[in-house]
Amino acid sequence: MKEILSGNEAIARGAYEAGVKVACAYPGTPSTEILENTVRYKEIDSSWATNEKVALEVGIGASFVGARSLVTMKHVGVNVAADPLFTLSYTGVNGGLVLVCADDPELHSSQDEQDSRNYAKFVKIPMLEPSDSQECLDFTRLAYEISEKYDTPVMLRTTTRISHSKSVVTFGERIGAVKEPKLERNPAKFVMLPGNARGRHYVVEDRILQLSKDGVSLPINRVEMRGTKMGVITAGISYQHVREALPEASVLKLGMVHPLPFDLIREFASKVDKLYVVEELDPFIEEQVKAIGIPVIGKEIIPICGELTPGRVRKAFGLPENAPSTVEKLPGRPPNMCPGCPHRGVFYTLKQLNAYVSGDIGCYTLGFMPPLSAMDTCVCMGASIGMATGAAKVLSPEERKKVVAVIGDSTFLHTGINGLMDMVYNKGAATVIILDNRITAMTGRQENPGSGHTLMNDPTNEVNFELLCKAIGVKNVRTINPLDLDECRTAIAEEMERPETSVIITDKPCVLIKREGVFKPGAPLQVVDDACAGCRACLKIGCPAIEWIPSSGKKGKAHIDPLLCNGCDVCSQLCKFSAIKEAK
Amino acid sequence: MSDKVTNIVLVGVGGQGILLAAEILSETFMLAGFDVKKSEIHGMSQRGGSVVSHVRYGKEVFSPMVPEGDGDILFGFELMESYRHLSLLKPGGTVVVNDLCIAPPSVLIGQDEYPAGMALKIQEVCPDCLLVDGQNLAIQAGNARAANTVLLGAVSKRLDIEEKYWIEAIEKMVPKKALEVNLKAFQMGRGLK
Ligand SMILES: Cc1ncc(C[n+]2csc(CCOP(=O)(O)OP(=O)(O)O)c2C)c(N)n1
Ligand code: SF4
Ligand code: SF4
Repeated sequence: MKEILSGNEAIARGAYEAGVKVACAYPGTPSTEILENTVRYKEIDSSWATNEKVALEVGIGASFVGARSLVTMKHVGVNVAADPLFTLSYTGVNGGLVLVCADDPELHSSQDEQDSRNYAKFVKIPMLEPSDSQECLDFTRLAYEISEKYDTPVMLRTTTRISHSKSVVTFGERIGAVKEPKLERNPAKFVMLPGNARGRHYVVEDRILQLSKDGVSLPINRVEMRGTKMGVITAGISYQHVREALPEASVLKLGMVHPLPFDLIREFASKVDKLYVVEELDPFIEEQVKAIGIPVIGKEIIPICGELTPGRVRKAFGLPENAPSTVEKLPGRPPNMCPGCPHRGVFYTLKQLNAYVSGDIGCYTLGFMPPLSAMDTCVCMGASIGMATGAAKVLSPEERKKVVAVIGDSTFLHTGINGLMDMVYNKGAATVIILDNRITAMTGRQENPGSGHTLMNDPTNEVNFELLCKAIGVKNVRTINPLDLDECRTAIAEEMERPETSVIITDKPCVLIKREGVFKPGAPLQVVDDACAGCRACLKIGCPAIEWIPSSGKKGKAHIDPLLCNGCDVCSQLCKFSAIKEAK
Repeated sequence: MSDKVTNIVLVGVGGQGILLAAEILSETFMLAGFDVKKSEIHGMSQRGGSVVSHVRYGKEVFSPMVPEGDGDILFGFELMESYRHLSLLKPGGTVVVNDLCIAPPSVLIGQDEYPAGMALKIQEVCPDCLLVDGQNLAIQAGNARAANTVLLGAVSKRLDIEEKYWIEAIEKMVPKKALEVNLKAFQMGRGLK
């Protein structure tokens, strides 16, 4: 069967065909859709973990008792999962284990542009890198064979342009004979005390040497000779750009980017006059090729920042570019919080109170954008609370009051909770706002331990944030309605004054939640033309349903698009002229 | 089959249905027996950001991204976004654009003005430009929400693909209850000169 699949859909299909029994992940663009697709196969137990470290541990547990398992995350997720990953390299596996890591060159939706190929080298495990959806499927299957044959976890690395691009894929069948998981004890291999681990280190080193040797005849490492003038070593999406921009070049296409098949590289290098490496981000292949004494041109001409495109490869090789037609400067079009988003009023209030907002990652990071402009820091998931503790430690008592950490429900459960325990334990004095919108919204609305449902759509326990914070030892915990600006202001102002830890929880859902009964839109509002004084107060919250019409009246008036408005009523609380009313 | 790869760039505003239109295009080309690749950036929940989708088809397609300045057709869902992305189009390329302005955040809050005369400016750079009143034609077809399908019909007319593949793709991708209106909208777009 043939279908057009995204890289992520094809990985899910590959996992299904490989007989995977357990798939676990924490969402993160561009990796999220892999688990949203494994869940369609009833043979696979698919679940959202609280964070990437837990996701990998779930995968390891299943592997150790014999099941093939899949764990997926975005590049920065590997930083969170790195601790178990390093030791997993030593233990090896029982059932095959594949860790998919989706990098995001160009930072389409991320806070950094790290090149996760470095992890494979650091952890000393093989890494495969597909360059289209068919390879996503095929390499996923192959990764399980390699994992079990060499007793190692395997990383499969994609980039945004692989995960989110679609191409034609031919399906296979799910393999027939999969091992039945059962309890097997093997402490020498699975209990990594120094005495056992010392021995395993030798195994790891031998394994990676063997893989490098065997990589020479691995079919996914392939030489395409087209002439001897120039040869290009490349992998992943860069291969496609090279084929597009340099159709005459001979290519060594690496399907396995770690360890490198050095003998194959030597042979290819000897056949061409001039050798290049075309790779996105770090000079990962280039440095290793240089280290074995082969001269090669790479980052001298290929950009190290941002993603490659056919045009950027053309430019690097001095080929004529199509002159882009010049267009005048236009207003940008960044994303914006939805009409009626429960985060909006909180950021409006924080701005009014001149808070120093220790921010975090989620839809609410858009609170940084004008006109809300109420976020001062954003580093990584969960960082807001620890950073607030640190800032509060050193500021004067007056300035300390301004410090407010703001964190979403999913991010709080991911790694924020550790920061809160630390704040209480070390008597940190800052205010923490947990924006509980009942979902992991930013990445496309995934369920989480606070939302009451699993990825497989089973009803389940809901974390009670208030009780949880109290159990940690927070004395001042209150829940507020974030759509009521007076309530927001009173609560936040009071807690900011307090010389100890306090937590404020907001309790209104994301407007895009589809599950029935969770989000109920209010009646749309309208601006009564005669009453609107053109004061622009309602524009300060940046709701996309409100438009300033400069030509209306003497100095302009606001207008609400009834099709966009979700009736949250926040704008009407800002209008001193009672001009915003329920639409008739 | 010639070796030529045909490049289509779809641009507009998040939430306008660009991703579905790109899916229908890709499906059509696959049904017609071509290799197809499609690439776009998505994954954010909130709507309203600028969206670009690349669709390429031919005997064999390598990069999923339309090389800068190689676009054959710019399929625009909104005027300013179409103007913004004209540099993806090859000299002498075709524009099919919806006659629609959506204000970006800075315009909504009265900080910027929506740039005037976008349609004319597009035509200055690219004379082969069809301006489509998607909204009104869709209302005539029976539902304002079928505007994208009107545009799709207009684009289909500019590509050498048999009509039956378009119909088959639309039948596969559009929900049953909206099918009749969409097929009508498609034909209205196809009829545009
Ligand atoms: C380590 C890591 N994993 C995943 C992500 C991707 N990511 C960014 S924000 C977010 C979830 C945000 O959910 P929540 O905190 O509930 O805020 P909301 O978007 O719902 O407002 C995720 C999964 C990331 N940036 N870093
Ligand atoms: S998706 Fe939900 S949380 Fe995100 S901006 Fe929209 S309403 Fe707010
Ligand atoms: S009530 Fe006001 S703020 Fe809320 S969605 Fe409608 S226009 Fe936007």
